[in-house]
Amino acid sequence: MTRQKTTANAVEVRGLVKHFGETRAVDGIDLDVREGTVMGVLGPNGAGKTTLVRILSTLLQPDAGQATVAGYDVVRQPRELRRTIGLTGQYASVDEKLSGWENLYMIGRLLDLPRLQSRRRADEMLERFSLTEAARRPVSKYSGGMRRRLDLAASMIGRPRVLYLDEPTTGLDPRTRNEVWDEVQNIVADGNTVLLTTQYMEEAERLASELTVIDRGKIIAEGRVPELKAKVGGRTLEIRPQRAAELHQLVGALAQAGLDGVGGATASEETGVVSVPIVSDEQLTAVVGLLGERGFGIADIATHLPSLDEVFLALTGQKATHEDETAYVDEKEEVAA
Amino acid sequence: MSSATDTAETAGTADTPGARSATPAAPSPGADAAQARRGGGEGRIGLRANLRHIGALARRNALQIKQDPESMMDALLMPIIFTLLFVYVFGGAIGGDGGGSRDQYVQYLIPGMMGMMGMSIAMAVGTGINEDFRKGVMDRFRAMPISRSSVLVAKSVVEVGRMLVAIVVLLIVGFLVGFDVNGHWLGMLASIGLTALFGASLLWIFILLGLTMRTAQAVQGVSFIVLMPLQFGSSVFVPTDTMPGWLEAFTHVNPLTHVADSARGLMLGEGAVAGPVMWTVVWAVGLTLVTAPMAISMFRKKT
Repeated sequence: MTRQKTTANAVEVRGLVKHFGETRAVDGIDLDVREGTVMGVLGPNGAGKTTLVRILSTLLQPDAGQATVAGYDVVRQPRELRRTIGLTGQYASVDEKLSGWENLYMIGRLLDLPRLQSRRRADEMLERFSLTEAARRPVSKYSGGMRRRLDLAASMIGRPRVLYLDEPTTGLDPRTRNEVWDEVQNIVADGNTVLLTTQYMEEAERLASELTVIDRGKIIAEGRVPELKAKVGGRTLEIRPQRAAELHQLVGALAQAGLDGVGGATASEETGVVSVPIVSDEQLTAVVGLLGERGFGIADIATHLPSLDEVFLALTGQKATHEDETAYVDEKEEVAA
Repeated sequence: MSSATDTAETAGTADTPGARSATPAAPSPGADAAQARRGGGEGRIGLRANLRHIGALARRNALQIKQDPESMMDALLMPIIFTLLFVYVFGGAIGGDGGGSRDQYVQYLIPGMMGMMGMSIAMAVGTGINEDFRKGVMDRFRAMPISRSSVLVAKSVVEVGRMLVAIVVLLIVGFLVGFDVNGHWLGMLASIGLTALFGASLLWIFILLGLTMRTAQAVQGVSFIVLMPLQFGSSVFVPTDTMPGWLEAFTHVNPLTHVADSARGLMLGEGAVAGPVMWTVVWAVGLTLVTAPMAISMFRKKT
């Protein structure tokens, strides 16, 4: 069967729905992942991220809507689809009793690589993910970070066109997390298409070029990372006057000028900085121009985007890492049953 | 085949180390095409590919045993313990068909226990599958371009290997305590093969149980309840003619009786051969035809 259409989208999802009993784990999701980009799917526990990934890897059947990966339909062409994907789950999906090398060799053989190539590829991947020394040790003796790295290596054996990373660093300590991030960044640098789910803002910001924020199975925001940030909170202009004494004069001057759309400036004596909320580049120019006209000396000037935590708070009206444990448990149980 | 660009790429270049960094923009074309060709093209998995997958997965199961040698304890110890228990504790009292001698009982017991070994080893597969299923690696297998049945077939291949080990240990212990096939070596080989065939058919029942039950403990409990009456309500340990009529009727339909009788016929050259062999084959083939497709379809649906 030929690919249905040549498309720049590696993943296309339209109106996808999946229920678990009363819970709508995925509730009408549309999603496009362009070839060669990293799409971050950001959401709290129980938002439906794992369900989405499981549908896109043919492990779950959707109740409604459709999805294609590399042009293959998840329901009608599961076999073809499985040839094009790599999956790294929340829990390392490697065999604990086997050594790292044996795991990778097995995957190579299951992907129909000849014996010699499977061997070479296993060596190559262990080298690439800095696991050569541990190659012959059983995975049960690996540290958490090593397991995730092996899991990534296993997913990369078949050179997948699309790689799913389902919360690749959940449960890892910060140092190990950085290790895994470095590896993911290398994978991304090679031009792979990646669908990354995460509940960490930092992770999404660092790895993804585009973001889809989901909550309770629905998309609540999407766009490029800077766009999304700008859309929600605008920016904050921070000005440090040369003379600390002028801090309040500066605030006064801004208030007096009443520049269009520029919010109320605030001064912090502690940091010696005046913060001005702005929405556009024109406003930035206007503020800087005004300060020059009035003869204020400026020591430092900077703009800041809001953090993704703030973005999420603004979008959902609740803290990003909310304790929706029940929903999370429900989803997991359904997945296991 | 996939697309024009895929086929244009040669498989050779794609698999040399470093090729991927040289072509960063095109993630996978070469390997894709190579896989598609070797896997039989359009996503269908050909017989040869299937055998290769089963081989790779069976290797996994075998390596698990190597890593965890205690898992072979049942296959090694069970035949020893049962043989010693029945020969020395009950042997003298039960006696053989005719005369109460321990030696005669050995001749009766060893062939009888072959089928029981197959059944006991088969029982363990249920708990194994159940535990295996709870691990992330199953998700990986299920998201890979392999036939889902190959995971189960590979498991049963290795389990049949374990059965053969148990049967060989049983025969060795048997020979040590005085078992004698009187030159029926071919019969013995045939009997081993027949028992393995029967054992393989039982595997599917326990795989089915393992996939249905929620916990490994539950699987073990249910398996035990099924196993006990089958083992003792048969001609495995004693001749059935002293049993009450209703129980004797049960033993006649119990496949373990047929397996035991066929082993005696083949290895000792005593009693009927054709009948028990035929019924053993009927049971084995019948069970496989019914339960294997059920187990495979349940495994496919399980998410």
